[in-house]
Amino acid sequence: MDTVALSRMQFALTAIFHMLWPVLTTGMAIYLVIVEGLWLKTKNPIYYHHARFWAKLYVLNFGIGVASGLPMEFQFGTNWAPLSEATGDFLGSILGFEGAMAFMLEAGFLGIMLFGWNRVPPVIHYFATIMVAFGANLSTFWILAANSWLQTPAGGTFTEGGKFIVRDYFEAIFNPFMVNSVAHMFMATLETSLFVIGGISAWYLIQNRQPEFFSRSFKIVLATTIAVAPLQIYIGHLSGEQVRHMQPTKLAAMEAQWESIPAGTAADWSLVALPNDKAERNDWELKIPKALGYILEFKPTLSEAVPGLRDFPPENRPHMVGLIYYAFRTMVGIGFFLAGLMGVTVLQWLRGKLKADAIAQQRILLAGWIFAAPLGYLAIESGWVVRCVGRQPWTVYGQIRTVDAATNLPPGNVLTSLSIFALIYIVLFVTALYFGSRIIRHGPNLDLPIPSFDAPSLPPASVTHQPDQRPVEAQQ
Amino acid sequence: MDTLDYFLPQVWFAILALFLFLYVMLDGFDLGVGILSLTSSSEERRGILMTSLGNVWDANETWLVIMGGSLFGAFPLAYGTILNALYMPIWLMIFGLIFRAVAFEFREHAQRKFLWNVAFGAGSFAAALGQGFALGAVLSGIQVDAEGHFIGSTWDWLSWQSVLMALTLIQGYVLIGSTYLIMKTEGALQETHYRTAKLAAITTLIGAVLITITTPVFIDYARDRLFQPPQIYIFAVIPLLGVWFIWQLIQSLNAKAERAPFVWTILIFVLTFLGLALIVFPYIIPTEITIYDAAAAPSSLVFMIVFIGFLIPIMLAYNIYQYVVFRGKVTGENYGG
Ligand code: HDD
Ligand code: HEM
Ligand code: HEM
Repeated sequence: MDTVALSRMQFALTAIFHMLWPVLTTGMAIYLVIVEGLWLKTKNPIYYHHARFWAKLYVLNFGIGVASGLPMEFQFGTNWAPLSEATGDFLGSILGFEGAMAFMLEAGFLGIMLFGWNRVPPVIHYFATIMVAFGANLSTFWILAANSWLQTPAGGTFTEGGKFIVRDYFEAIFNPFMVNSVAHMFMATLETSLFVIGGISAWYLIQNRQPEFFSRSFKIVLATTIAVAPLQIYIGHLSGEQVRHMQPTKLAAMEAQWESIPAGTAADWSLVALPNDKAERNDWELKIPKALGYILEFKPTLSEAVPGLRDFPPENRPHMVGLIYYAFRTMVGIGFFLAGLMGVTVLQWLRGKLKADAIAQQRILLAGWIFAAPLGYLAIESGWVVRCVGRQPWTVYGQIRTVDAATNLPPGNVLTSLSIFALIYIVLFVTALYFGSRIIRHGPNLDLPIPSFDAPSLPPASVTHQPDQRPVEAQQ
Repeated sequence: MDTLDYFLPQVWFAILALFLFLYVMLDGFDLGVGILSLTSSSEERRGILMTSLGNVWDANETWLVIMGGSLFGAFPLAYGTILNALYMPIWLMIFGLIFRAVAFEFREHAQRKFLWNVAFGAGSFAAALGQGFALGAVLSGIQVDAEGHFIGSTWDWLSWQSVLMALTLIQGYVLIGSTYLIMKTEGALQETHYRTAKLAAITTLIGAVLITITTPVFIDYARDRLFQPPQIYIFAVIPLLGVWFIWQLIQSLNAKAERAPFVWTILIFVLTFLGLALIVFPYIIPTEITIYDAAAAPSSLVFMIVFIGFLIPIMLAYNIYQYVVFRGKVTGENYGG
């Protein structure tokens, strides 16, 4: 296999693996801000225990996020040196901002958030929690600004030698895809985290374990998803619109559309198909009549033509059409499923069936939530496949081809690092699941001492450094 | 070229040197503690060692991430060429850092801690080794073509100079790790680290002397710069000052001082760092690519100063606050394991 293919596989593997962890780091952080705020406001210890219990899953997840983020940062240099040299003026500075603004903020306050409960006053602790959440979500902003620029480069020009010179930084950062992609990603991590918390709560509720405790998290989650789940579908639709206007080859691949569709037609929308890259057609297809216009424009006929894949020479359009096509359908399907689940649950809530003493009877509903817990992850990974594989054959859309972006390394080197990554990541993934499920099986520890609200200022320097109580519980 | 074309790359050279220094000093003691944990005699001791880092290792490692991003943005050519040439040492470092990072959390949860103890210690060791190789390789030169792209081969980074550098760096990390632990521990554990610190001070000194002697002999550009005025005056002072610092360090260890050894060690690091920076400047890949060749456009450099440079004091402030909150000793009985 050649180096470019191996470097792509390595980037895909490391990005897909890395992406699993920032989801909770960014999304659950917002939930932690909510419950800690409720605790400060109501002084009800149950919220304090919420903050402590979910933070245990949070740290476990965080460490792996950091560990798997490092290779992402250095990979641009090791495996994509020509890309780095050509676009470093912009991409590099964005990665630098991400480090200085986002990662450092997160890391600088994380210690206080995790271990500082009895060392700083509650208000300072709350400030630390907010800074961690803010830092994490800032990193979503910066990295999506960088990635959106790869999709729709703006704000400067490419010289003869192919180097990108920035003319206007703000134009480059606020490139056409940026705002919407940040919103979609932000919602994605939030929605996924909410369904993870909801799913785990449902698992306790279905067994009638601490229903008082977990019906709270369940309801906080439910109330938040009322806004998040439908909004995500709408933002996703806007993503689709921007792809249609800026990246027609990607849209054609998402829809496995080989022939172009002229303006003014009421075209069918394909639900299931067997795309055939070689023959440039779908071997088999199930269509919903006249639906495409409604999906793209909310009206029966298309006002603009939709180009098909055959309108572009094969070297200028993505391959692996089937992958893009099904990844897109997976994401959209999950988006609607999660919104539907939210809707049904809200109905039961309005009918008064979700009281802490009765909720365990809603077995099917709760089972649905447990089933939904991992779905957000699947939607996120699928979304990235649509976005990154659909951008091919370009790394910087329309400007730098993937084959020209890769470092000319001996394939053996890349194969070695790729194999080691695969091995390490399997071990980390299995271990994280194992420890995570153990934390969940143990459940919350409601005996933790509650920090006092009156003046527990900094302890004198002679006081010993006391790690949090985590190990005690973890080692039963 | 007008003055901006000189001035801005120089500012970024200084900022990057600062980031690298903060990283080497702060994650240096983390990695040193990690390497020392390989010799810990009990689970309890290892627990204390890891707890002493629990709240700081992530922020310390983040200086590396910021350094990487800033290098990428300020000197894109150097970022691509160096990482390309150092493919193996970089991944060695990254794999080491991955194991080190996950070990903190996994070890807390694991019933059989052996595997994660090894991951922590060996990960720290591998990361330090990779960094030493990388540093040594950059100092002894990277083969590039006229455009500044790497044209050497896979194993170019491995030479006796880079091996010497890696071994010395590991000694330096063990030294700063030991002096950090002297501050954070007490009793028998502290005694142990007075001993390891003294040992490491001596081995670091040997490594440093070897590097100081061999560098001008075997590396041409270094010889040219060292023996030219005005550099020669500075380079005559640095070794003398270095010997004096090490002498003070050993004195403070003998006197069982708690903080002084850490401070003297930092001064030794500062001095070494200044020496290296002066040898390298204005090259970023000696002697092929200068910072002026590799720099991004002036507008980018200005923009980055605004968004990163001005954040440096703020980052330092909340990092220091975190150290203040968690000052004091880590003791055995409080460790919940
Ligand atoms: C959802 C947003 C998101 C996306 C798309 C990415 N990351 Fe990430 N990254 C985060 C959100 C995040 C985070 C939530 O901020 C993490 C997870 C755990 C953490 O500490 O920060 C993180 C960690 C993290 C770290 C370690 C930071 C540290 O040491 O504190 C690095 C170097 C990167 N990432 C770099 C990247 C690169 C180069 C990416 C692009 C390919 C990337 N991340 C995609
Ligand atoms: C049902 C409605 C949805 C629609 C119509 C939709 C549409 C899209 C489109 C068109 C893209 C590609 C953007 C591009 O290539 O630039 C995309 C990307 C993405 N989607 Fe969705 N999506 C939906 C639901 C979801 C859900 C529920 C999640 C996760 C919880 C999700 C997560 C993502 C992610 C992470 C990306 C890549 C990053 C980004 O573009 O922000 N999507 N989506
Ligand atoms: C963390 C979420 C992400 C996931 C899951 C993801 C997924 C992928 C996948 C599957 C590929 C391989 C595509 C192929 O070779 O066919 C890829 C390539 C790539 N992506 Fe993304 N990506 C993510 C984020 C990003 C970000 C934030 C950036 C840039 C800042 C980025 C830049 C790239 C580059 C440079 C490549 C390699 C070159 C190429 O194949 O075009 N990705 N990514």
